[in-house]
Amino acid sequence: MLEFGYYPGCALHGSSSDYEQSVQACLKPLGVGLKELDDWICCGATAAHTLNHMLAVSLPARNLALAERDGVTELFAPCPMCSMELIKVNRALDGNAGLRQRVSEIVELPVTGKTQILNLIQVFQRIGVDKIRATVKKPLSHVKAACYYGCLLTRPADTLQFDDPEHPRSMETVLEALGASAVEWNYATECCGAGLTMAREETVCELSHRILTNAAAHGANCLVVACPMCHTNLDMKQADIDRRYGVHHDMMVYYLSDLIGMALGLDETQLGVDKHFVVKPLESPATQAAEMH
Amino acid sequence: MNAALAATSVENCYQCGKCTAGCPAADEMDFMPNQVLRLVQAGDADTVMRSRAIWLCVSCLTCTTRCPQSVDCAGVMDVLRQMAAGQETVPPDMQRIKVFHRAFLDSVRRHGRINEVELIMQFKTLGFLKDRNMRLLMKDALLAPKLIQRGKFHLQGESVRDRAVVRRIFDRCMPRADRARRATADKDSASGGVV
Repeated sequence: MLEFGYYPGCALHGSSSDYEQSVQACLKPLGVGLKELDDWICCGATAAHTLNHMLAVSLPARNLALAERDGVTELFAPCPMCSMELIKVNRALDGNAGLRQRVSEIVELPVTGKTQILNLIQVFQRIGVDKIRATVKKPLSHVKAACYYGCLLTRPADTLQFDDPEHPRSMETVLEALGASAVEWNYATECCGAGLTMAREETVCELSHRILTNAAAHGANCLVVACPMCHTNLDMKQADIDRRYGVHHDMMVYYLSDLIGMALGLDETQLGVDKHFVVKPLESPATQAAEMH
Repeated sequence: MNAALAATSVENCYQCGKCTAGCPAADEMDFMPNQVLRLVQAGDADTVMRSRAIWLCVSCLTCTTRCPQSVDCAGVMDVLRQMAAGQETVPPDMQRIKVFHRAFLDSVRRHGRINEVELIMQFKTLGFLKDRNMRLLMKDALLAPKLIQRGKFHLQGESVRDRAVVRRIFDRCMPRADRARRATADKDSASGGVV
């Protein structure tokens, strides 16, 4: 039984509640327990590093301090914006005694920056890809996924030290264990427009349109993400993108945890897949076989 | 050059243009990322602080990751935005982006976490006051019922127990001048009958 501290972040307790549902539903049968960090606060996200440097350090630092106070050594943050900010502050505090002291005073708790932060893919790696493979009940042979990493799972590379920032493969490795296939494509690490969803829709639609178009052109029947903002831009905004460009993408966007849950035999409603904006049944092997006859 | 800019190693840029080549937002920018770096090197931060480029940057960090000279190009954008936001040099059509970030931090300051409904209302109202764009004000109104249907609309939002410590963290991080200006802005918007 693995147990991790859990930092959901604002998105998972807001309009990305389907992501939290998916993560919790799929981790349970894999024997992973999550203990939510008590009284966690927002990491500050893009707004903080855009407007005030010290705030962008202190808001994540308060959460790291809470984790240290409560003896949490490994903290799982499913949102890459949150996990990146937490790791960035960890690195900044490590080896800078002056900053540690100043930030500890600001956040009113001692903080050293020793908590290990895990993203969603790292949690699956900790469970073990072989164990996941052995637990699969319904292989996903009908899934041809474009694995979309976006920005903050791998960037900044020096800070995160996770996978290859130009050619990441960690999601593909998990998908192959589920019996799914992953397509080769060009937009795996291109930005979807991230935090500009509300503030500048035209940028988000253009960037997300390119991603959806490229995935389809390379034969994907769905996109797989591990980020609530990527999901919002590619799924919730897809109808706006279709209208703006006069196209009909009709592309399912799954969280990585959705596909693992489905392969473990969970129902789509247990995983919150029915709450996505684009809901389209992928052709199952049974229907493919029926069509051939 | 100030210490924050110096920390980005901007002086190491030799104008290869790799940052611009990989930038997903460069199409829309008035100065290309490599031009922003060059102007900063030349001591002309004032020009780029008035640019649209720094607000159109999506903070994807592709430039920083690919720079062969280890310049933190995205970090330069951050420092310039922080400086520009404090000096009110934001171009009119970029005001909405700044307003969004401000509204975001206001929500965090009040509750410790984002209250999405409140954030959207504040952003829409203050954005409308900046550009009087009725289309942008009303846009997304139809999204609410779809979010409610999916259980993704949380009118109440969450608040942390220790909101007082969140306020103190904000007060310690935001310089006094910034706070005074915020207070004036709050008073102005209050007298205008908004939010």
